[in-house]
Amino acid sequence: MSRAGALALKQPPEFEPAAPRAAQEGPVIAAPVIAARGLSLTYTTADGPVHALSNVDLAVAPGEFVSFIGPSGCGKTTLLRCVADLEQPTGGELTVNGVGAEAARLRRDYGFVFQAPALYPWRTIARNVALPLEIFGVPRAERRERVAHYLDLVQLFGFANKFPWQLSGGMQQRASIARALCFDPKLLLMDEPFGALDEIVRDHLNAQLLELWRKTAKTVLFVTHSIPEAVYLSTRVVVMSPRPGRIIDIVDCTALGRERPLEIRESPEFLRLGQRVREGLRAGHAYDA
Amino acid sequence: MGVVLALLAGWYLAALFGNWNGAADALARAGAIPDAEKIAAATMAQERPVVPAPHQVVSELWRSIVGMPLGSKRSLLTHAWVTLSATLMGFAIGSLLGIALAVAIVHLRSVEASLMPWIVASQTVPILAVAPIIIVALGAAGLTGLLPKAVIAAYLCFFPVTVGMVKGLNAPDRIQRDLMRTYSASRGQILARLRWPAALPYLFASLKIAVAASLVGTIVAELPTGAQAGLGARLLAGSYYGQTIQIWAALFAAAALSALLVQGIGLAEAATARALGARPAGRVPRSAR
Repeated sequence: MSRAGALALKQPPEFEPAAPRAAQEGPVIAAPVIAARGLSLTYTTADGPVHALSNVDLAVAPGEFVSFIGPSGCGKTTLLRCVADLEQPTGGELTVNGVGAEAARLRRDYGFVFQAPALYPWRTIARNVALPLEIFGVPRAERRERVAHYLDLVQLFGFANKFPWQLSGGMQQRASIARALCFDPKLLLMDEPFGALDEIVRDHLNAQLLELWRKTAKTVLFVTHSIPEAVYLSTRVVVMSPRPGRIIDIVDCTALGRERPLEIRESPEFLRLGQRVREGLRAGHAYDA
Repeated sequence: MGVVLALLAGWYLAALFGNWNGAADALARAGAIPDAEKIAAATMAQERPVVPAPHQVVSELWRSIVGMPLGSKRSLLTHAWVTLSATLMGFAIGSLLGIALAVAIVHLRSVEASLMPWIVASQTVPILAVAPIIIVALGAAGLTGLLPKAVIAAYLCFFPVTVGMVKGLNAPDRIQRDLMRTYSASRGQILARLRWPAALPYLFASLKIAVAASLVGTIVAELPTGAQAGLGARLLAGSYYGQTIQIWAALFAAAALSALLVQGIGLAEAATARALGARPAGRVPRSAR
């Protein structure tokens, strides 16, 4: 951690994705990073319409770490994909950094971490991390510098020239996080990034992610199935329920503070918050029945 | 090895029975009393046997490859080179055309709808019927020699490349394509950095089929045109003069050539796979933790 910490202080040169800034930069009491009002998404299938999202209202302030939790089919991944402009909502309004989701995607406002590492198997780890930089036209020297910095940040420095299959699942997912961070997006979207990993690796990566978030002041949207993971990482936990996908509760976890050692998960406050999330999930199911 | 021996034994038997009547007649005409032993010996040493014995084919191969000066009309190497050069040219044209068609089909739905039926139809036309037409038409346009043969070779070999590459270029899974979308990558960038590398295994599989088809196309093109040189011309001349041994020798030369070409593609494939970090066969991924 100390090595990563030292390097994190030495931030790489400011890099501006080639795009105009949001028109209303506004006062310091910042405009929300994400603002959704009445957001809905309905799929038409052979069996009739499926309401993946129904009337979702949500505002996320800069620097927040917001987790989305709920059973499968509650629309949490769909919501994240809408923010990323990988899905198009069928109703309501959604702004990302003050502009529409597509405009935000086009100016490369966010980094996305998928459920699977999605590393390209024919590229080395370093070249995988460099992929977005290549696409954005970052010069070679700066590319090398950034890749080295972010590989160090996720503690993969010695693996730059390995191919993905030579790394364990947890290391691959860390590489994909480095790839999402390397162009320094203000917003990080993570779709169950640790879902496929075992508990011990997951704990480790959770602690690392929290550390990273504290250092970089990024806004993170994080989809998960795990109640402890959600409470441990988040400033707020959004509890969702399926059919139709909607928000039933938003649990504020700021009381846990920003410094969170793993042991905090045994504290009464942590257990109380977890209990409240669990009750919300149960309520969602009862409503369903 | 056992298979080879069995094949050889079968071949000798075929030569024995295939040539029996002819050999018996020849001996009778010569006034000898045909006993079985003499006939059997004669079946192995006829000048124009129905089925030449293996050793006859081998000695003909030896004589026409080693025994003749290069550039001589009777050297099999000369003929093989003429055929090889047209094969390689046709292979190059056909593969590039096949790849270009596949790229167009993958990117433009209208191309698939409008061209695919024609592409399939083109392969149902018997090449033996089309070859003379192409040769005559190109000859009328003043194109003779290498190019018309290469065109026919290309006609046969673009198809497997197109089919294989359409599949290969569409091989990247959803998550790999979503990643590119989050970067707002252009179609060209997606082609160069995702679709193309993902398609390479498919490309090499197709190229192996294509290069063999290209050789067949070239030989077919040499048949109906009274070509002066090439393995096809050698086959034609052989059948014209009843030189069965010469035909068999030319067939073997063609088979060897085709095996060499496929082998060459295999080597290129292995080299590419190494450069792109393919996992060595049979090795278990090393868990680095």
